[in-house]
Amino acid sequence: MSVATRPLGADIGRIDGPRKVTGTATYAYEHPLTDPAYVVALLSTVARGQVLRIDAREAQKLPGVLAVVTHENAPALADTDDAELAILQAPDVHFRGQIIGAIVAESLEIGQGAAALMRVEERAAEHDVRLRADHPELYAPEQVNGGGQTDTSQGDVEAGLRAAAATVDVMYATAHQHQGAMEPHTTVALWRDARLTVYESTQSVHGVRKKLSGLFGLRPEQVDVSAPFVGGGFGSKGLLHAHAVLAVMAAQAVPGRPVKLALTRRQMFTIGGHRTPTIQRLRLGADADGRLLAVSQDAWEHTSKIKEFAEQTSTAARMMYAAPNIATTHRLAPLDVPVPSWMRAPGEAPGMYALECAMDELAGTLGIDPIELRIRNDPETDPETGRPWSSRNLVACLREGAERFGWAERDPAPRSGRNGRWLVGTGVAGSTYPRYEVSGSQAQIEFGADGRYAVRIGAMDVGTGTWTSLTQVAAEALDVPVERVALEIGDTSLPFSHVPGGSAGISSWGSALYGAARAFRDQHGEDPSAGASVTAGAADNPAADAYSMHAFGAHFAEVRVDADTGEVRVPRMLGVFAVGRVVNPRTARSQLIGGMTFGLSMALHEEVVMDERLGAIVTANLADYHVASNADVGDLEAAWIDELDPHVNPMGTKGIGEIGIVGSAAAIANAVFHATGLRVRDLPITPDKLLGAG
Amino acid sequence: MKPCDYARADDAGGAVAAVAARPGAAYLAGGTNLVDHMKLGVQSPDLLVDVSRTLPAAIEELPGRGLRIGAGVRNADLAADMRVREFYPALAQALLSGASGQLRNLATTGGNLLQRTRCSYFRDPTTPCNKREPGSGCSAREGYTRYHAILGASEHCVATNPSDMAVAMLAFDAVVRVLGPNGEREIALSDLHRLPGDAPDRDTTLAHGELITAVNLPGLPIAARSAYRKVRDRASFAFALVSVAVAVDVSQGGDVDEVRIAFGGLAHKPWRATRAEDALRGQPATEAAFRAAAHAELADAQPLRDNAFKIPMATNVLVATLRDLTSTEA
Repeated sequence: MSVATRPLGADIGRIDGPRKVTGTATYAYEHPLTDPAYVVALLSTVARGQVLRIDAREAQKLPGVLAVVTHENAPALADTDDAELAILQAPDVHFRGQIIGAIVAESLEIGQGAAALMRVEERAAEHDVRLRADHPELYAPEQVNGGGQTDTSQGDVEAGLRAAAATVDVMYATAHQHQGAMEPHTTVALWRDARLTVYESTQSVHGVRKKLSGLFGLRPEQVDVSAPFVGGGFGSKGLLHAHAVLAVMAAQAVPGRPVKLALTRRQMFTIGGHRTPTIQRLRLGADADGRLLAVSQDAWEHTSKIKEFAEQTSTAARMMYAAPNIATTHRLAPLDVPVPSWMRAPGEAPGMYALECAMDELAGTLGIDPIELRIRNDPETDPETGRPWSSRNLVACLREGAERFGWAERDPAPRSGRNGRWLVGTGVAGSTYPRYEVSGSQAQIEFGADGRYAVRIGAMDVGTGTWTSLTQVAAEALDVPVERVALEIGDTSLPFSHVPGGSAGISSWGSALYGAARAFRDQHGEDPSAGASVTAGAADNPAADAYSMHAFGAHFAEVRVDADTGEVRVPRMLGVFAVGRVVNPRTARSQLIGGMTFGLSMALHEEVVMDERLGAIVTANLADYHVASNADVGDLEAAWIDELDPHVNPMGTKGIGEIGIVGSAAAIANAVFHATGLRVRDLPITPDKLLGAG
Repeated sequence: MKPCDYARADDAGGAVAAVAARPGAAYLAGGTNLVDHMKLGVQSPDLLVDVSRTLPAAIEELPGRGLRIGAGVRNADLAADMRVREFYPALAQALLSGASGQLRNLATTGGNLLQRTRCSYFRDPTTPCNKREPGSGCSAREGYTRYHAILGASEHCVATNPSDMAVAMLAFDAVVRVLGPNGEREIALSDLHRLPGDAPDRDTTLAHGELITAVNLPGLPIAARSAYRKVRDRASFAFALVSVAVAVDVSQGGDVDEVRIAFGGLAHKPWRATRAEDALRGQPATEAAFRAAAHAELADAQPLRDNAFKIPMATNVLVATLRDLTSTEA
């Protein structure tokens, strides 16, 4: 093991590890509060319609019931623009599993008992939850998530396809997915003396403060939000969801008393956001040498009728490969479904699955090795913007991965590998993720009498290792050993900071820390006196608009398919990444193999199933909504190349939270094709779809 | 979760008396299924009689090399028992293919036999279900049916029994010992579970108050050459799409002397494949004969919207398991 001499890049164990393994790291539900009351959420049982009548008399008779909150008595919200959050303002029901009320009780059990005594009469209106590419109400959103254009067209794709020696024109589908964080969405709220104190399982304390203060007509300073530890988010806790609004309403119903609400697993499926299913059409055309002449990706997705979320499924195709003609589209079907939202690598994860499988199909048609095909189409500059890359090392990742994986020994013929009852195959796919950085985060640095630097920033650790990695960044920026940094994160009493979405956490916060460290040294020098303090943010990055900045990677997978039953096993996966500077190899590896496992799970297991007649999710638990179990995950290896990118930010980081999932599902699907000769184009690849393999 | 009374029984007789006296009473053993259902609002007993310390928890040898498995024996302990592993390997494999290590440490033999279906609609009190609420209708029949029955279902219910353990026990002619208000009786395992018919709320033929105290496995030489295969949507911690327990004896001449086959995941009860057994007995141990036997069993299968794949999957897994067992013998 090599020991880095600098804080940045050092292999350091988690600073918060001891607290976590001893159970002393407090998650939202666990904060010790005096005499808490408990909130049980009531959900709609029709997919569209109205609550006609609520009879709470029996429930209220139950000893220990403190309040019943419904649309009939809920406080009017100051801001109702966000229909997902504007709960209990009207009797209307927009999806099955929408919040229609709450019980507040002395104990969770009493609350649940009271919930069972509620008599709720709902009127069901006709509903529609089925995504289809010919849905009559399809529309083009104004823009897609992340701010990208809805449609793009460069050159003439049709002409490119006509001129091509080989083409691929195929439809793919990906499943409705659920983020599945282990810690449920949780809000603990206390309303006292016109102040709101909130412990929330969130990816953004300042985001929660902003939303809740707006909704309840409070000044931001009246709302304190704390979240020192979070048990996973995967995007589901990036934006505020309706449960938190309900908990605050419940807190206002019992002023002076803290209330606790944790969604049940079943409730998480409709309240916490989800990934839309997608239908995608991929058209590729190439000349006989494999040079792409046309790339076209069309995506159909669903959104809820009450709040638009337009996942950016086709955006990676705009910059991934060089082609004179590139066109992409996004169309949304507004349905009576829960509100979709962020889930790890929204857009890139489903979109790159389809693109990278189509590239594999094209390679097969052309008789060109799929790695070689990608290398031949590696663009000199960003095809979308024309800008130079700040760094682009897809080819290096593919070559390094091929070497490590033993790609050279591969027989490209489908069905060429067999080991007893197992059909064995290997697959490869490319990966990319944009380097986002959100400006505006602030950090405070204060030198203490104990000789340590208190570093304060409203950043978050959702389980990724921020407590450790951000300490390293601060130590590097201040040029001191990590032991001399005392990091404080996860609370609105700390300087404002943005949500760690788009893998931008370390980049955004780290840039702010660098800005603050420079300001601190400018003002207080290398030998500050106790109490010296500075609050500052990131300096402007002059390169931001001059370069195209993206991380890249290459995924390799080996699969075995049972010739009799169609069961798929994944004995090994390898991901090689070019993600700029790696702050901490230990926590980085965890994030990357976590992402790869996410991709494996997306490829083989995960599917939220809707009963279209009922508009109901019928797999709303972790027994029926399958995520990969330990037994599904074989030898996972994540590696990265040394990539020094001087343009992205002072650390040289590009973000690693999401790239691990992008393309990994495609590598597995491509390996399944290589093993079986069957091209399954709708995820997940379950055993029934491969029964003909034997 | 509704409040309920709780009592701990000193002996099996006391437990039976306590439950028999209250129509809303239920036995609590490992609790891995019942407590889930109470949380979900699927079952709301008004009295729990805890038999987890009351039920016999030993595995005793019976005359003729059989085993008597106390109803309180935990799934993990049963799977680890050397006699089970050696003389009934399909049973050990079935147990280990079920649930998770933590659940197997808690779940009991008696409770495993009585675990209820995983039908999504049964477990969601906001949807109609004849099993949960008789007469309310079956949501599954025209709905999501990936895990549902293709054999023996009725218009009232298409649910499947989720047990792995029971499938292997059924192949070995297990007998269930039951204590009731009127004394003890023995029921062939094949008579314990019901087909849904017009009363899908009744999973078994047990009367209210009857308590399973033990399972007898007869001495069965063929069981030593048995295997359990389970096909599922992930490698662990998933219920069977299709599973099969098979034991087979092949003669010197290569004919099937004797064979035992039971399927899981296909019906409202563990499904003893007597037609396949009859079709195979005396036939040469060839892939064609195995396939013909599977076809004989599945000829009457009636797939639903999402589960037609179970016919080829059950065929393939039976053929593969017979192939494996007979080729290792050769």
